[in-house]
Amino acid sequence: MSAATLHSLGPMLAAFLASLVEFVEALTVVLAVGAARGWRDALAGSAAALLLLLLLILALGPALSHIPLRAVQRVVGTLLLLFGLRWLRKAMLRSAGVLALHDENAAYAAQLQSWGQAQPAPGRHDTLALLASFKITLLEGLEVVFIVVAVAAGGPHLWIPASLGALAALLLVAALGVLLHRPLAHVPENTLKFGVGVLLTSFGSFWVGEGIGVHWPGDDWSLLGLVAGYLLVALLGVGLCRRAHASRAALPAR
Amino acid sequence: MQALRRALRSLLAFFIDDGSLAGLVLGWLALLWIGIAQLELSRRWSALLLFLGLAAILGASALRRSRAR
Repeated sequence: MSAATLHSLGPMLAAFLASLVEFVEALTVVLAVGAARGWRDALAGSAAALLLLLLLILALGPALSHIPLRAVQRVVGTLLLLFGLRWLRKAMLRSAGVLALHDENAAYAAQLQSWGQAQPAPGRHDTLALLASFKITLLEGLEVVFIVVAVAAGGPHLWIPASLGALAALLLVAALGVLLHRPLAHVPENTLKFGVGVLLTSFGSFWVGEGIGVHWPGDDWSLLGLVAGYLLVALLGVGLCRRAHASRAALPAR
Repeated sequence: MQALRRALRSLLAFFIDDGSLAGLVLGWLALLWIGIAQLELSRRWSALLLFLGLAAILGASALRRSRAR
């Protein structure tokens, strides 16, 4: 594998996996809204949000290319690092049993119950359903846009692989949603978040490092070293957190 | 005004859910940047320092949360 392939495949994989997690979360809510209040408005809300996100990407791409690369890497790299560390820390705490695992089935049941209580008048547009789908798709989609922008911070040539990764995730989740008509509860969400957290933290470290003048030994290849390093630290951290949590829980309450 | 504040808070929540983690990360990046630019810190060693500092901050933050009730 050449450094150029690594340079394109890395952002594509990171964008695909991170977007997969976000779209699975959005799908749970859109499915609940659609099942409880009708599909027309639920799908229209999501479609409007996707259109808005597409316009945002088209506006952001050319605008970013006018800013010096080092400055983009410093700002976007820092944000990506904070974003990745937030995901990785949460995934570590969930793996260690400190935080509860996210359950898509439970989330779907709760959404379905809350949306099923007040039915709209038949034949009319259901503004609430439309807004709910719009909001969740926009919120999760904004995170996807940020991820695409951030993992492509190495240069304009990374926009296409990163966008393709996110688009593939969207198509996969949409296809599975249409086929299954229920939340994707079997997706190992925390494992995905763990892996994505490691990838985003590695990319964030790499970009911000380039931005502040760090010399990476082996250039792009050091990304693999960062991934291995953060993975090792996170796995060791899970063991330590589990032990710390167990000994804290064993202490009598004051 | 209220809506703007809410939007800013949601935007901030994208990146920060533990203020001390974010503060330490930003502090470490600033220190390294100053070290490289002003003190002519070895660029090769700075890569290792960047990783080790961030890894330590991550581990300490997760461990601190695990010890909290």
